[in-house]
Amino acid sequence: MSEIEVVVGIGGAAGDGTASAGNTLVLSLSRQGIASYSYNAYQSVIRGGHSWLRIRFSPKKPLNHGDQVNALIALNQDSLDRHLQELQPGCVALYNGAKFAPSYDPPSGVQLCPLPIPDLSPDSIRLPVMQNTVAVGALTQLLGLDFAGLESVFETTFAKKPDVVQKNVEAARNGYEYASKNFKPLNTRLTPTDQKWVQVSGNHLLAMGAALAGCKFYVAYPMSPATHVLEWFASHAQRLGICVRQVEDEISVIMMCIGANHMGVRGMCATSGGGFALMSEAIGMAGIIETPAVIINVMRAGPSTGVPTKTEQSDLNQAFGASQGEFPRVVLAPSSMSDCFVTPSQAFNVADRFQLPVIILSDMLMSEGSETVLAEVLDVEFPIDRGELITKADGPPDGEPYLRYKDTPSGISPRAIPGVPGHLHVSASDEHDEDGVLLSDVYTDPIRRKKMVDKRVRKMSTVLDHLPAPVLEGPADAETTLLGWGSTWGVIKEAAERLNAEGTSVNHLHVKTLIPLHIDELAATLNRGQRIIIIENNQSGQFAYHLRAESGIVAHGHIRKYDGEPFEPKHIVASVKDIIGGQEIVDVISTEPGWRTDHPTGTSGTWSGLKVKKPNVPVKN
Amino acid sequence: MAIAVLEKKDFKPEVPPDWCAGCGDFGVLNGLFQACADLQIQPHNLLVVSGIGCSSNLVGFIRSYGVHSIHGRAIPFATGSKLANGAMTVVVAGGDGDGYGIGLNHFIQAMRRNINVTYIVMNNEIYGLTTGQVSPTSETGMKTKTTPLGNLEGMLNPLALALASGCGYIARGFSGQPKHLVQLYKDAIQHPGFALIDVFSPCVTYNKDNSYPWFRERVYKLEDEDHETSNFHAAMDKALEWGDRIPIGLVYRNPAPPPPLDETDPALTGEPLVHQSYEIDAATRRELIQESA
Repeated sequence: MSEIEVVVGIGGAAGDGTASAGNTLVLSLSRQGIASYSYNAYQSVIRGGHSWLRIRFSPKKPLNHGDQVNALIALNQDSLDRHLQELQPGCVALYNGAKFAPSYDPPSGVQLCPLPIPDLSPDSIRLPVMQNTVAVGALTQLLGLDFAGLESVFETTFAKKPDVVQKNVEAARNGYEYASKNFKPLNTRLTPTDQKWVQVSGNHLLAMGAALAGCKFYVAYPMSPATHVLEWFASHAQRLGICVRQVEDEISVIMMCIGANHMGVRGMCATSGGGFALMSEAIGMAGIIETPAVIINVMRAGPSTGVPTKTEQSDLNQAFGASQGEFPRVVLAPSSMSDCFVTPSQAFNVADRFQLPVIILSDMLMSEGSETVLAEVLDVEFPIDRGELITKADGPPDGEPYLRYKDTPSGISPRAIPGVPGHLHVSASDEHDEDGVLLSDVYTDPIRRKKMVDKRVRKMSTVLDHLPAPVLEGPADAETTLLGWGSTWGVIKEAAERLNAEGTSVNHLHVKTLIPLHIDELAATLNRGQRIIIIENNQSGQFAYHLRAESGIVAHGHIRKYDGEPFEPKHIVASVKDIIGGQEIVDVISTEPGWRTDHPTGTSGTWSGLKVKKPNVPVKN
Repeated sequence: MAIAVLEKKDFKPEVPPDWCAGCGDFGVLNGLFQACADLQIQPHNLLVVSGIGCSSNLVGFIRSYGVHSIHGRAIPFATGSKLANGAMTVVVAGGDGDGYGIGLNHFIQAMRRNINVTYIVMNNEIYGLTTGQVSPTSETGMKTKTTPLGNLEGMLNPLALALASGCGYIARGFSGQPKHLVQLYKDAIQHPGFALIDVFSPCVTYNKDNSYPWFRERVYKLEDEDHETSNFHAAMDKALEWGDRIPIGLVYRNPAPPPPLDETDPALTGEPLVHQSYEIDAATRRELIQESA
């Protein structure tokens, strides 16, 4: 990125407050017109372990968390030792100098910024958490920003507790002033702008986007990384008049969701791969009873429990294959957090109009990370299309009995919701005729069975017109096309820009609508004879298989990652060059020493921070 | 299109039931027609939801709105439906395998949750549609296709389970006593909360042990005895009674039933959710956006 930017890394144990320190910084900088993108790598523990939050700040909106940390805030010894060695000349490391010191010499040109936390904390509140506030104050100074922007965050965060505001402001100011006297500012200094950024996560936007798209019923079972969708709905339910329920399992979740939709209410549910697996059978029921439903699968690294707090794009096959038999479905993968905002609206409109289940594939990277968006981007009124929905008894035509599953040219049958007089019908998971009466109990009726399958499938012939087509960015005649889907849009976009700047001619085609595929548009773009490289966050290349099965298009190279961590621009830039150099598949791994562990099996290599361990400095206070 | 005075025939469908001749489910269905007519429930205001099994086919044999869902999952579907449109009378119908086997968790949770639906279980103590395998309510020792040496497992007691789970209306009927059944249905539908009616509905084809004569010899009506239906502990004693004498009738009715979920959820205190506006005004939208600024 040619723009001025700073990547801040905040490391600590779970419970140390990495997230709150990060939020304070993001909010402070957002209010000063500086955009950000955050990614939090954490473990599935409530206390302890290692949590590593990376936030990339720039006046130009960052589309991923970047390659390289410039400023480290280490909240414990482990974090300092892990990440200090990753810093490059000109970078800074802030830590509580009264409590710990680096176990090895820093890389040359890295500025150590030990903060005497006890001296800088307000007298009355010498809590461990004060180190976060002091460090955030110090970093604000090193970034070249005014203190006032930070002060305002404490005032709103602790609006109901004036004494807490005052203590935090005091601690942060002490950190700010200490830094100005004792440390050199960063070479890259961020300059405020007039842009109005708000901080959002994918989960937050999926929830808010759904509410603004008319979702009146939300039901879920807690499962990481989808739980924040439920929490957003729960905390807004009363105010927005949305019925929000947490229930016993994902089978109940999906059945309640379909039940509510069946009655004419827009209902949604979200889960992750394991919960989605439990929903499978019911998704097929929604298909055959032609009841709309919107189901979000926030993917995490599988299989089974897998790596619950890590990201992966590996439930594509599951979304395609969910449930027995054949029925129309739509699968959408939002391409960024901001895209998570509009996706529920698209999903609901298509689900209602075509009376089928729509599956949204988000992932842990988008759902639990955060990015800033301009407030006006969210201030939109979504069009609401309920399709051919009969909510009043003003039809059917004289003498004609109402046929819930009428065989129409479009395959779409006008849908009466229960409660409307004159439209009685049964919706059955058994095969049924146009009037809803079961065929499965009939001796045999191949003609009617085929007619009903064909009627449902016919809906898929027009649904593509209502779904977002793939987007091509970059030079149309590039020698190489980078093809991705879902959350990798931002990182591929940046890698493509860098490659072009370096003289490697690439463009970027990104797919959001996975089922059905826009085959014509894909073929028109991909059948020029250029090199095609598919980039996906899984091991087996699920999208590559899908594309080949649907279109016959075979990619020349594949860039994959399944180590639990998301792609960074540098990974894609390097891998594209490897593929141009002749490699067919590049499996990317995040190799920075900070990722490694001293796990007994030692398979990820020893972590060099431990090798040069020195005795810790005595703890003051 | 509402019918002025509803009669039993108004609920009879064009499609005749395809159960075996003599199946207990005919009596269960007939009683339901009568109860709905007596309560003057307009067919379009009645939603019957079932799972899968012989008895779950009932939904196709009554003139109302119906959903024939998947095995064991009728209760959560009905719960979502009731939450979405509280103006509908929602009845769930199914068998012992569907409700007490594969769907047991939902049954317990629905009672705890106290959603205002009426649950009719046609309990024949066997899997019928799959042609005669052991069920959770099959008696210990019972020989079936899958327990050729006799059932080694214990018998689930739905009434005791319902009491322990907070169900506010618990009754047991016998399809051989249809008039008695009609009264239980009517009380259950009018009960403000989850109501269970477990109905002995003999399978004449696959359960030769628990036949009409077997039940007739044993069942007695609680209404004929001095049973205190508001007394939880007395109800538990009756729920546990099994052997030569088996009680039918109202086992327990909570004398002070708590309001059901579909009335206490903050979004549902006004008109039914389906009739509420789903639009969020621009001012509220901007407030939501500013929460993150």
